Amino acid sequence: MDPEQEAANPAAEYAERLAERLNERFAGVAVKVEKEGAGDPWIAIDPPRIAEVCRHLRDDPEHSFEWLMCLSGVDRPPDTIEVVYHLHSQTHGRKVVLKALLDRENPRVPTVDPVWKMANWHEREAYDMFGVIFEGHPDLRRILLPFDWEGYPLRKDYEYPETYRGVSNKP
Amino acid sequence: MSPIENKLPDGVLVTSLDTVINWARRSSVWPVTFGLACCAIEMMATGASRYDIDRFGSGPFRATPRQADLMIVAGTVNHQMASRLKLLYDQMPEPKYVISMGSCANAGGPYWEHGYSVLKGVDKVVPVDVYVTGCPPRPESLLDALLNLQNQVIKKKTIGRTRKPIVVEGA
Repeated sequence: MDPEQEAANPAAEYAERLAERLNERFAGVAVKVEKEGAGDPWIAIDPPRIAEVCRHLRDDPEHSFEWLMCLSGVDRPPDTIEVVYHLHSQTHGRKVVLKALLDRENPRVPTVDPVWKMANWHEREAYDMFGVIFEGHPDLRRILLPFDWEGYPLRKDYEYPETYRGVSNKP
Repeated sequence: MSPIENKLPDGVLVTSLDTVINWARRSSVWPVTFGLACCAIEMMATGASRYDIDRFGSGPFRATPRQADLMIVAGTVNHQMASRLKLLYDQMPEPKYVISMGSCANAGGPYWEHGYSVLKGVDKVVPVDVYVTGCPPRPESLLDALLNLQNQVIKKKTIGRTRKPIVVEGA
């Protein structure tokens, strides 16, 4: 991206700046900054440290991200499952997108439930749909599907069950 | 000319007990509240003043299955709800009827192929008396289904029905 365009994209500029600030405080925590894609620019955070980074972003008056707008999962076969955090700061009127890129075979990431209470149900949904294990979550159960459901339906390689509790699932 | 014509006093008429019972049953089919999705909005419109389902004796939507004769399954039934639907149906006293309202309840609707969690037709769980097509059906359709059900009720036999003899195996 040439410098003129970059200056015209304040969100990308801010993401770049925030990643630098985070790396100053937590060495090497911001793994990557993506500005080129179609969507919002995002910062990839080292997954085991996501909770402490989030707590810092919430409590530090420089950032003041009081609000977790959305927490979602994305399946990107063959290797990755992403957990996406959309943060918003009422104080500064800013938004930022963080991502934790997880191993698809064993997707584990620390919970941010102690940081933002609303993460509780969102993490349960990400667990329900993608099988992401949120370590330290107080109540990690399925939230939408029945508790005895098998598999994680929003994974790309999910196969529909033919029956559920003896009821045919075919059209 | 029947032999007892003109031999009865005024105000006395002769009929079969079945006709009286069916007349009473047909004229007070009380539905249990079972709105699940957008079809429920049309069901509410059917109950409101413009279409006025009360004209046909089905005005009192009961909040408990124990006081209801009819279950209008209005909306998408998923597997988790299917077990509750069966439970509520089992709690209704006989005689009981089911109207399957709209494409979702009939056959899974738009979710018939890729809706992993959606029941592909409520008739997989409970017996259905009348199916209403539409997505969602207009109130006229639901009223037509109710009249269709009433025509079915009037033909049923309670007193005059023939009972099958009980045969004990190996006796």
